[in-house]
Amino acid sequence: MRLPLLAVLALGLAAPALAGGWDDTVAAARGQTVYWNAWGGDERTNDFIAWASGELQAQYGVTISHVKLSDTAEAVTRVIAEKAAGKAEGGSVDLIWINGANFLSMKEQGLLHGPFLQDLPNARYLDLSEGSAAVVDFTIPTEGYESPWRLAKFVLSHDSARVAEPPRSMAALLDWAKANPGRFTHPAVSNFMGSTFLKQALIELAPDASVLQAEATDEAFSAATEPLWAWYDALRPNLWREGKTFPENESVLQQMLNDGEVDFAMAFDPAAAAAAVERGLLPETVRSYAPEAGSIGNISFVAIPFNAAHKEGAMVVANFLLDPAVQARAQDISVLGSYSVLDPAKLDDAAKAAFDALPASPALPSNEALGPTLGEPHPSWMTRLAEDWARRYTE
Amino acid sequence: MTAREGRLLRLLVLGVVAGGLVLPILAGLWETARAAFGHLPAIGAEGLSLDPWRRLFDLPGFGTSLTLTLWTGFASTALALMLAVSFAAAMYDRAGLRGGARLLAPFLATPHAALAIGLAFLIAPSGWIARLLSPWATGWDLPPDLATVNDPAGLALILGLLVKEVPFFLLVILAALSQLPVRRHLEAGRALGYGRGVVWIKVIGPQLYPLIRLPVYVVLSFALSVVDMAIVLGPSNPPVLAVAVTRWFLAADTTLILPASAAALLQSAVVAGGIGLWWAAERTLARIGRIWIRRGGRGVSAEPGLVAAGAAVTGLMALGVGALMALAVWSVAWRWSYPRALPESWSLAAWGRSAAGWGMAVESTVMIGVATTALALILAVAWLEGEDRGHLPRATWAEALVYLPLLVPQIAFLYGLHVVFLKVGIGGGIGAVIWAHALFVFPYVMIALSDPWRALDPAYIRAAAALGAGPVRRLFAVKLPILLRPLMTAAAIGFAVSVAQYLPTLFMGAGRVATLTTEAVTLSSGSDRRVTGVYAVLQAALPFLAYLAALGVPAFLHRHRAGLSGGAA
Repeated sequence: MRLPLLAVLALGLAAPALAGGWDDTVAAARGQTVYWNAWGGDERTNDFIAWASGELQAQYGVTISHVKLSDTAEAVTRVIAEKAAGKAEGGSVDLIWINGANFLSMKEQGLLHGPFLQDLPNARYLDLSEGSAAVVDFTIPTEGYESPWRLAKFVLSHDSARVAEPPRSMAALLDWAKANPGRFTHPAVSNFMGSTFLKQALIELAPDASVLQAEATDEAFSAATEPLWAWYDALRPNLWREGKTFPENESVLQQMLNDGEVDFAMAFDPAAAAAAVERGLLPETVRSYAPEAGSIGNISFVAIPFNAAHKEGAMVVANFLLDPAVQARAQDISVLGSYSVLDPAKLDDAAKAAFDALPASPALPSNEALGPTLGEPHPSWMTRLAEDWARRYTE
Repeated sequence: MTAREGRLLRLLVLGVVAGGLVLPILAGLWETARAAFGHLPAIGAEGLSLDPWRRLFDLPGFGTSLTLTLWTGFASTALALMLAVSFAAAMYDRAGLRGGARLLAPFLATPHAALAIGLAFLIAPSGWIARLLSPWATGWDLPPDLATVNDPAGLALILGLLVKEVPFFLLVILAALSQLPVRRHLEAGRALGYGRGVVWIKVIGPQLYPLIRLPVYVVLSFALSVVDMAIVLGPSNPPVLAVAVTRWFLAADTTLILPASAAALLQSAVVAGGIGLWWAAERTLARIGRIWIRRGGRGVSAEPGLVAAGAAVTGLMALGVGALMALAVWSVAWRWSYPRALPESWSLAAWGRSAAGWGMAVESTVMIGVATTALALILAVAWLEGEDRGHLPRATWAEALVYLPLLVPQIAFLYGLHVVFLKVGIGGGIGAVIWAHALFVFPYVMIALSDPWRALDPAYIRAAAALGAGPVRRLFAVKLPILLRPLMTAAAIGFAVSVAQYLPTLFMGAGRVATLTTEAVTLSSGSDRRVTGVYAVLQAALPFLAYLAALGVPAFLHRHRAGLSGGAA
């Protein structure tokens, strides 16, 4: 079903501009080409960005040039190279799809432009209260240096034709793996999906999960991870290839599920499996679910490097991505299937109707099946987990 | 007079090479080295320290990565060389060889990443071979948990490198053999009672090896520093050193750039040490070989070895063809699940949906490839012609400079080079990409061209000179037409090298210059084999057309001149 897109867009545009400042930004943005550095491994995202470029061109005279990355850190390395070369203006990166450790490292090293979020008119649809998911990135306050654009949440997918009743906790997963050796694995821990799986297990298994919200100390880390490593020691021999090698990323894992090499895939996007079914990349019997105790969730952001050549254009793009009509389109399973970052309480009736009218898919988990969302641990936990894992299990 | 002109000409080319190729690499290495010793102000690291090295040696899996690199690099290069020489020996007198050379083109043309993806699908436990045999013959209703790819010993990676390097060696060997009187040696050897294999080892081999020594070093250097193929086929925990370095460079923790830079320098040392080791082994073998040759054994029993090598090479070719076919089939598939031998549903969606993307990628790939190849070819001809006119001997030191880009691992200087380009203000454009490609294309063109050029019978030139032809006329009316075949081969190799460049395009183009290879590698991280198939087919098709032209144009122009079609004495 198509959205009443123009109607909703018109509503969004009719809202009074917050300040004259924004009109100046829009005027300055006209004619700019925004080099948006974003992971290019997902074709639906690529198509969505191409669509956004067309819309922006028509409405604001802004064009997006999608610089496809195989890893977000490529863009970070690029900005660091430019800083190393003394290039403080006219940089090659205008906008980055970013979050977590990459954001922290750019923010800490003063590589970001901002704060700019409060200047975006559509930021009024966000829950900007302190500690809300839209203003915290892996426990780090974003302080307006990045703008949200899509919601991510950890889910597992399984082929219901092979596994009728999947294990819904990490303890149950261990039992299942012992009964079905070689049929489960996770992406390499150097990949963020692999480390997210470890974090999910850590939250479930840690004696006191609340310590994860603060920066990790040596003491806290060894106390919190002890049950995790005991669990992993038991799990690893039962993993695919006895846990001696791991798929490079979540897409490779998804392909392995499709090939029947393993029975589970995982994603940071509840709609990933449904989208893959739609594109013929997974069998129609695949279903997604979250662990019953809840799953890690976070929001993906866009940020502007300090030396971006087209900052105004980049802000117009960031604002466009927050438009309720655009968010509803992104949530459409036949388009992108990524959940909205907006606060439903702040939407008007027309915008709500657009979300209600979205089509469903059997591979798409319902909100109930997704369960509660668990906050990301402080980034130091992820870094330490990855390091400690590598130290323990690299031969 | 012409001698001075020649010296000037070569000096000019040398200047272009030094200023345009060598200097940037040294500058890049310098930037990398500064970071390796703790100086990278952009991330707040100042001053000189050995901490990056300490941290590097402390990184988990570092030792295993290093061992894996040495093992896969040496094993694949030595095996590939042995197989290629044996195959050439076994097949030389058969009529099919020259026609067979035409079949090598697709292997040379397909970039490593694409071939690796196809090969991985072919040999995986859930791959095409298993699908053809399952479940009726194997009983595998589900794919078995066997490490046929990404095995900890790197065997799948060695196999992948073999599929790629054996055809390269074969092409280089064929080009070199056309400069040797092989048939006469064979006849003389047989008349003296030597077996066919032994004539190759004792008579032709020692003459052949000096002509292909540099390509051997290049392959060794490549095998020691390969990234894309190692990601797809190699072990992942830990991976080979080059993959580990790339991961560290691109890690979210930006302070890892420091140990990554140290590892990048180490990677150069591994390659330099590897080549040194190989050279020492060469010397030893030559010494032993001489004694063995003098003993005069006729060794008719070498025949079974040749037959086995022939079978092995045929098997490798079959794997390569299978890998390419697998990708082509995937590009028109919709769903293809285990254990079906063929897709259950077909679709052209992968071609249609990405048409706008690959259309532009093809355009920029061709443009960059043609510009780079033309530039490299002009430089190479000017260099060699300068040598001829100046009556200069081969300057080994100058050659070493030319091969520097191939011998220094890309990852060691590309990051630094990007910084240098940015400082000068030429980063991020198509010009920078062409320049960076030329760094890698020029050496390959020199390799492909210099030996045939130098092996050209000087009698032709003397005859032309005696007939009153000036140096320019000698070049355009005698040398270039005679050398048309190696010239075209060099151009085709250059074009293929340009098409396959990944890291230089990525770094120098600031991600804005999209070629088939950058798109294919990015998309392969998304693992839709159907789209990867589209790009891989295109990636293989472009250089394939160049190779067809390289074989077809001289064959057509020289169709009435048997002596110019090479080797046929």
